[in-house]
Amino acid sequence: MYGKGLRPLSIATVAMLALSLSLVFFYAPLDADQGFIQKIFYLHVPLAIVALVGFVVGGVFAIAHLRSGNRKWDAYSYVAIHMSVIFGVAVLITGAIWAKASWGHWWVWDEPTLVSFLIVFLMYATYYPFRYAIEDPERQARYASVFAIAAGAFVPLNFMAVRMAESLVHPRTFATANGGLPAEMMLTFLCSLAAMALLWTTLVKFELTAKSASGQVKRLRRALDAPVPGSGSRIAPEVS
Amino acid sequence: MDLLPLAAPALPLDEAGRYVAGAYVVFLVLIVVYVAIMAAKLQRIERELRELASFAEHRSDGERANGQATPGREAEVASDV
Repeated sequence: MYGKGLRPLSIATVAMLALSLSLVFFYAPLDADQGFIQKIFYLHVPLAIVALVGFVVGGVFAIAHLRSGNRKWDAYSYVAIHMSVIFGVAVLITGAIWAKASWGHWWVWDEPTLVSFLIVFLMYATYYPFRYAIEDPERQARYASVFAIAAGAFVPLNFMAVRMAESLVHPRTFATANGGLPAEMMLTFLCSLAAMALLWTTLVKFELTAKSASGQVKRLRRALDAPVPGSGSRIAPEVS
Repeated sequence: MDLLPLAAPALPLDEAGRYVAGAYVVFLVLIVVYVAIMAAKLQRIERELRELASFAEHRSDGERANGQATPGREAEVASDV
């Protein structure tokens, strides 16, 4: 069920990634200020946006779970957060590389944008042990949903607070006061953003399909009354 | 921290290229690692399915053999019908 449409989605993702990489390296002009190093922007910023939106989406799925009581939404929420955490790792590493090249430091502690993202990331890193600590699946799903909603609400608030703060060195990408991106850069950026969003969606669908298959195998094992092997995740919710 | 890095000139292409390549390679490696983990999971699911199929086959073979071995079983089944 979850695997339906996965193949065209995967093909669209690969095509979009190829297009965005071509635009980044062969179409977008070099930045007058940063030069070639600015190419990291087309990777780092879309990853960050998709990761943050993914956290919020995880919260929305958690609301659907609490409203309906359907465990499917809990699995959606878990996978959305899981994928966003992976994207968050990529954001932190690519950001550190960009910071080192641009500012000469891997990390700047008095920069609100960096520290706020780290706080959000670390908050979601606690989602796994929090979930893992609860044995009862029903309670686990309910508590994890409450966490996902609270944390998901914190993400946009945190983002707005940082936007309002006086930034020291981190650039404001879409600040219109000093002019936005040139048309070529904006097109490249939007393609990169679409590629990252497609990648996130494909990986979420891929993960859900794998979990669904695993859940079906467990159901089949129970129906056949077959011996249960030692493998299996206690953290991840089952999708049937 | 001072704000001197703001005034720093752009890195030369050979040095900037290493950082850009590093960032994109990190992204690629993360995706490859994720796909490898997913491949391992799919292999486990496939192995479990194979085990279950074999278990189901053995069980149905055993039931068939038991049904044939039990005297009067056919008559019992016929009377049920």
